[in-house]
Amino acid sequence: MKPPEFGYSRPESVAEALAVLGSLGPDGKVLAGGQSLVPLLNLRLASPGHLVDINALAGLGYVRAGRGEVVIGALARHAQVLADQAARSVQPLLAMALAHVAHPVIRNRGTTVGSIVHADPASEMTAVLALLGGSVRLASTDGERVVAADRFFLGSFEADVRPGELATEVVVPALPPRAGCAFTEISRRRGDYAICGAAATVALSTDGSIERVRAAYLSVGPAPVVLDLTESAGDPESAARLATERIETSGDIHATADYRRHLVGVVTRRALTAALAHARGRADG
Amino acid sequence: MTSMFGEPIARVEDDRLLRGEGAYLDDLGHDALAAAFVRSPHAHAVIRDIDVSGALDAAGLVAIYTHEDLPGRVGEPLPLLIPHPALTHGRTGYPLAAAEVNHVGEPVVMVVATDRYLAEDAAERIVVDYDPLPAVVGVDAARAAEHLVHPDVPGNVAAHLVQANGDAAAAVAAAPHRLELDLYIERSASTPLEGRGVLARWDTESRRLRIWTSTQTSTGVRAAVAAKLGLALADVDVITPDVGGGFGVKIVHPWPEEVLVPWAAMTLGRPVKFTEDRSEHFVASAHERGQRHQVRVGFDDDGRILGLDVTFWHDNGAYIPYGVIVPIITSTQLLGPYKPGAYRVEFSSLYTNTVIVTPYRGAGRPQGAFVMERTMDAIAAELDLDRTLVRERNFIQPGEMPYDHGLIFQDGRPLIYDSGDYPAALARLKGLIGWDEFEAVRRAARAEGRRVGIGLACYVEGTGVGPYEGAHVVVETSGKVRVATGLTSQGQGHQTVFAQIAADELGVPITDVEVVTGDTRAFGYAVGTFASRAAVMSGSAVALAARAARAKAIRVAAAALEASPDDMEIVDGVVRVKGDPGSGIALGTVAVLSNPLRYAFDEAARAATQFVGGDLSTPPVAEGDEPGIEGREYFSPVRSTFASGMHAAIVETDPDTAEVKVLRYCVVHDCGTLINPRIVEGQIHGGVAQGVGGALYEKMAYDETGQLQNASFMDFLMPYVSEVPERIEIDHLETPSPLNPLGIKGAGEAGVIPGSAVIAAAIEDAEGFPITSMPISPSDLFELRRRHAASGETANASQTASVNRAG
Repeated sequence: MKPPEFGYSRPESVAEALAVLGSLGPDGKVLAGGQSLVPLLNLRLASPGHLVDINALAGLGYVRAGRGEVVIGALARHAQVLADQAARSVQPLLAMALAHVAHPVIRNRGTTVGSIVHADPASEMTAVLALLGGSVRLASTDGERVVAADRFFLGSFEADVRPGELATEVVVPALPPRAGCAFTEISRRRGDYAICGAAATVALSTDGSIERVRAAYLSVGPAPVVLDLTESAGDPESAARLATERIETSGDIHATADYRRHLVGVVTRRALTAALAHARGRADG
Repeated sequence: MTSMFGEPIARVEDDRLLRGEGAYLDDLGHDALAAAFVRSPHAHAVIRDIDVSGALDAAGLVAIYTHEDLPGRVGEPLPLLIPHPALTHGRTGYPLAAAEVNHVGEPVVMVVATDRYLAEDAAERIVVDYDPLPAVVGVDAARAAEHLVHPDVPGNVAAHLVQANGDAAAAVAAAPHRLELDLYIERSASTPLEGRGVLARWDTESRRLRIWTSTQTSTGVRAAVAAKLGLALADVDVITPDVGGGFGVKIVHPWPEEVLVPWAAMTLGRPVKFTEDRSEHFVASAHERGQRHQVRVGFDDDGRILGLDVTFWHDNGAYIPYGVIVPIITSTQLLGPYKPGAYRVEFSSLYTNTVIVTPYRGAGRPQGAFVMERTMDAIAAELDLDRTLVRERNFIQPGEMPYDHGLIFQDGRPLIYDSGDYPAALARLKGLIGWDEFEAVRRAARAEGRRVGIGLACYVEGTGVGPYEGAHVVVETSGKVRVATGLTSQGQGHQTVFAQIAADELGVPITDVEVVTGDTRAFGYAVGTFASRAAVMSGSAVALAARAARAKAIRVAAAALEASPDDMEIVDGVVRVKGDPGSGIALGTVAVLSNPLRYAFDEAARAATQFVGGDLSTPPVAEGDEPGIEGREYFSPVRSTFASGMHAAIVETDPDTAEVKVLRYCVVHDCGTLINPRIVEGQIHGGVAQGVGGALYEKMAYDETGQLQNASFMDFLMPYVSEVPERIEIDHLETPSPLNPLGIKGAGEAGVIPGSAVIAAAIEDAEGFPITSMPISPSDLFELRRRHAASGETANASQTASVNRAG
């Protein structure tokens, strides 16, 4: 359980990081919090030729809340995002979901942007970004591009990050007025990857009726699955039924496919019920 | 000075360990070469060719060894440690596979390099060509024997054993009520936080070998390695450093690496170290618990068992170095606190293409308790009796002790319980958990839409198995007391409890006692730490050795004071005339006086030199006497002493998700006289945590090809603190053992034994259908609910869905 040989750089500026990444091409791999990458290296499941450690780029350790969005820099740790009161107030779903990300010591080191780039289908933050329609900003020596979440997640552990690119930040839209959100997941042990989880948003119209219901699911496919459940009219049972019809589940050593499909219904019901209460609370407030 | 024995003092080990000052195997030998292994990726295959050429130019490479490179006994199969007449087809593995591999993870090639990184790099470049064979995975496939693990072992049967007391089949057939049960327990494993590891130094000048290994038996490793390498025992030291848990897996010896690393160190003339990593530990150490059981039981209208006939199949993995200890324990200890009427038990120990089995904390008893306690619950359900009442009616009564079951236990000696009070324990447990008030709890929960259930399980555990342990106690001239015993420590708190015993026996402050364990340089005769035996065996030996040292100190001091030894006492490290604090001689001074000297090496020593005086008519050291205040004694009991206990739990099962939460967990525990209640409770806490793990989380998920799909802590779900009960409520009962000088019984394994039984019972009570297989995950429970719903059962239906009424 020792990694194979790799090169290592620790650039002092974003420009230097991009130059190094650009020169390395497919050989380069960004090291941020290392909570997924380092175990993969130790298990020899990944063997990048060169690690570009961005931990000296303190300028990327920001969380900016305002102007209808929360912007999270590449070096912001999960714990920092979770503790950010302004971010929580602009988009409450961030903190709701982050509380389920692993354990405190992992959140202290792991980065939110890193987790999103890693594109683990069991990741909470990929589902949140997908549900909220956020985006990822990618920089390289050729310039910048912004990729919307629905085009960013390509498959299991596969995201639209090209050789030479550094994901510098993610942008998460604010929760609109008269809207509510919730996150729920079911895992074997506290802090484990979920067997199934869901993030939900409910938007109310000015008369209090249901305008839109959406949910995103983790651990049920190669990438986050986002469903529009507006036709449920906010009825949790009906939404649960819709979700279980639409989502294909598979079995693994922790859950049969049928149990996981059953949990799709459970998390839909729970998330939707909580999101609806949250929306009504905010609309009344 | 207050007595230390029985006091819940804090562990003397903890300050050092909690500060990170422990020295575990991998903390040692930073100058050593590192070993890594090429291990089989196949569960069953013939080795066609090993091509090491691609690794020969690897950076840092020192040596590559295959089976062909190992001379003589080094390369031969590992010893079969515990032979048994029933073990007719014993097979053990080679240190490096010879022609065939029989489980994923079996070592094939050893690589030695300047560090572990480079050793793994070189290992990756070695190509082994395998010809895969069909794999035998799991008890059922082994029984079917469509394929054989070892071609010369028919039916995959390593051992077959029957024990009986009376005619069980006839008793069952004649009984007014009969049930049959099919009960299964999955594989789990010890999974200590520290894996295995071994470091060896060969001193080329003195031609002596020194080995540090993370083991449960340093003397066992010493004897095994000396035999393999052709060395005299006196030329091999084995030292056990701090060990980060064993739980049974480290009692097996020698592991392949424990032979190969010392041999490589000798061959290369350089220190060599192997530190097992977590991935290796899952596939290259040992597992336990996999057994399928068929029970036939006959009983009367009151629920009294008249006949019990149990057949079970034990999955022993690819090889069987530790013999049939685990199934023998199941077959004898499943009886628990009960009189079974006529009893017959039959087991087959079967080879599979999976990791070998060694005893894992509980060692066959969790399966046994599961079998017996599920049977008790099934009887209660069948007769619609309270589950505690059925147990009470089957208990061995205190007045029937010692109780002879008419069977042979794992130590080869009769299964005779020495003491215990099971009715008193059950009364305490019922009070502790509120058994008789539970229906009100259930109703209140149901009114809130919650589903709860209660269960209980009992066990009896044979502890302190022989053959012996010894101890050496020496009083230094400083007054400090050094205690040495040969068995090893894996974090149990031996330094504390042995010091408590020695301090009390000698009358010295506990801070003056230093304890050494598991170092063959300090004590060369020992068996090891397993079977809840350390306190009973070494604790008793320490007491006897300390008593001998005390008698010597009193004799020497009495002579110096011209007093009668009968009038002397030792208080706070001073030997004095009883009740006369002014009369005393410090124990250190007594040690000086006990050793007649020619040379005064310091001021205190002058008192013992030759011109000081004394009786000139007798030799300075009397015939039959010896210098020093020392005691060396051995304790070897006639048979094991039987601890006991009962657990009760209340669980909640989520109607939606089928998640199971343990709401309350109560333990009544009887390990005889307590040396240190705090340490005993710590042992119970840890055991209960492992029991909950075994019941709800842990299993070895082999696929049909023999690949272990959850060989990491990401997917092998050892419970976190968030998964074990928030509080474990404990009550102690103390029925002293008559078999040792301190009245003690073992406490190390007890906490884990009834875990699966009690949680299964509580889930069954909550859900209303039988739980016959453990562990149980939410997914498993969900599927069971569906199956029982589909078969038209309701949550309140009778328990007998998969329990067949016989006849």
